[in-house]
Amino acid sequence: MLMLNVHNIVKTFNAGTVNEKVALSGLSLTLADGDFCTVIGGNGAGKSTMLNAVAGVFPVDSGTIAIDGVDVTKLSEHKRARYIGRVFQDPMTGTAASMQIEENLALAQRRGRKRTLRAGITKAEREEYRVLLKILDLGLEDRLTSKVGLLSGGQRQALTLLMASLVRPKLLLLDEHTAALDPKTAAKVLEATEMIVEKDHLTTLMVTHNMKDAIAHGNRLIMMKEGRIILDIRGEEKKKLTVEDLLEQFNLASGGEEFANDRMILG
Amino acid sequence: MEFISALLKSMPGAAAQGMIWGIMAIGVYITYRILDVADLTVDGSLATGGAVCVLLTLSGCPVWLAMLAALAAGLIAGFVTGILHTACGIPPILAGILTQLALYSVNLRIMGCGTGGGKANLPISVDKYHLLISSRFVREIGVQNPIFVLVIFSAVIIFVLYWFFGTELGCALRATGSNQNMARAQGINTSVTKVLGLMLSNGLVALSGALLSQYQGFSDINMGRGAIVIGLAAVIIGEVIFSRVFHNFALKLLAAVLGAIIYYIVIQIVLRMGLSTDDLKLLTALVVAVFLAVPYFKSTYFPKRGKEVSSSC
Repeated sequence: MLMLNVHNIVKTFNAGTVNEKVALSGLSLTLADGDFCTVIGGNGAGKSTMLNAVAGVFPVDSGTIAIDGVDVTKLSEHKRARYIGRVFQDPMTGTAASMQIEENLALAQRRGRKRTLRAGITKAEREEYRVLLKILDLGLEDRLTSKVGLLSGGQRQALTLLMASLVRPKLLLLDEHTAALDPKTAAKVLEATEMIVEKDHLTTLMVTHNMKDAIAHGNRLIMMKEGRIILDIRGEEKKKLTVEDLLEQFNLASGGEEFANDRMILG
Repeated sequence: MEFISALLKSMPGAAAQGMIWGIMAIGVYITYRILDVADLTVDGSLATGGAVCVLLTLSGCPVWLAMLAALAAGLIAGFVTGILHTACGIPPILAGILTQLALYSVNLRIMGCGTGGGKANLPISVDKYHLLISSRFVREIGVQNPIFVLVIFSAVIIFVLYWFFGTELGCALRATGSNQNMARAQGINTSVTKVLGLMLSNGLVALSGALLSQYQGFSDINMGRGAIVIGLAAVIIGEVIFSRVFHNFALKLLAAVLGAIIYYIVIQIVLRMGLSTDDLKLLTALVVAVFLAVPYFKSTYFPKRGKEVSSSC
């Protein structure tokens, strides 16, 4: 069963100007139910653009996107949100800083539902959120009424993750959601990611700059270049994958030009 | 001594006017603080509210119905600005200016209704019509004192808004103002919430205009000139003075009303001290500019150390 079916999508930014940039050039990708797919690629390869196209941040020029058999190509971003949970690179993006932790969660609880004049948050929900936050183990369960703006980057990403999965999404999109965090915090957020994806058996697309993470997580790995997928590794093959293999593949695909760049990223 | 007694005598008037503008300031608070948009429609919609209210009352409508119509007119004005912004992609400030300008003609037409042309003002006498409030009774004791009526009015408005912003829809509106990307990712149609916020704001502003026209006994094409600045002044004064003690949302709205009252009291003082009314707008603009600049100066030139939040979990 296909949870995500991206077929031959094309997206060109600033078409017809000197800044014309083909960000996605006939990209196709299918994810089976429960696939956890990591996405790597150099700068400008189209990783984030692909995620944003799936999320509906902008319309694509051509091609189709279907989630669980529903064609969402023409749906606006807020309408697609009922199917999709998202965590962004910038910790500021995923939460409303001037609102309380519980209010943010309550907003996420109503994703995909019509918002009416019923109470924005109920007593029963508060208890539920307290339990869920306790599992995250960040000490947030006693701070339900704190403003999210007071939280650290890592806490905000963990909260966004919880919000993205509060109503089980058909698809979870993680756009370099640990890139802005220090290594220790990043590891913790990744751990929480792994836990939530596993618990709810979520179909996930995770963009990362870190090849080790890309190898360590998920059952599938794709590499992108110039708006297309140039490598798709899964199952047993992925389990045996090493960073060296990946670098070699990367080199082969990119003709060595980006090698130095990614060496640096690997540190 | 004479100065003090004259000043004290003018206090009830200042309080009443302050409360009328306080309702307007609540409208400004919704756009400026909650929706994070400076909406200039209000300069026009305040006068629209006054014009509609006076016209309908003169033509025999009961005053409550006239005020309801004024509220509706404000909602429509906000709707127009909202559509110009969301559906037509015009930046919110410009969208507000466009509606404000258009309302100038509309207001002239409303007040000139039946004369075949436009009219710049429309008087209404409290002797001939049954008005809700009038400046004539501002020093009397009893239920017809405008201050008494306005306290109830403000309390009801604050209560209703407190309830509304706690609902799912109200929370969606707040989320839109706080972080649009997050709001959309959570399935909120931010165009709808923005239009809704602008409507709500201008509805309140028009209602404030309806009260103001009754209070002063006329509606005037220029009664809303600079209204946005007075509204901002009220919001900012309220925040500066009460932000440390008022954390609850209802109290924050109350702070805007109190800010407006303080603003009018200060105006009374400087007028009594000899400032010409001609210079009032200059003074108001200066005060607001200073208050808006202070937080920026503080953060740019005197940054507090140790305020950065550590990024560890």
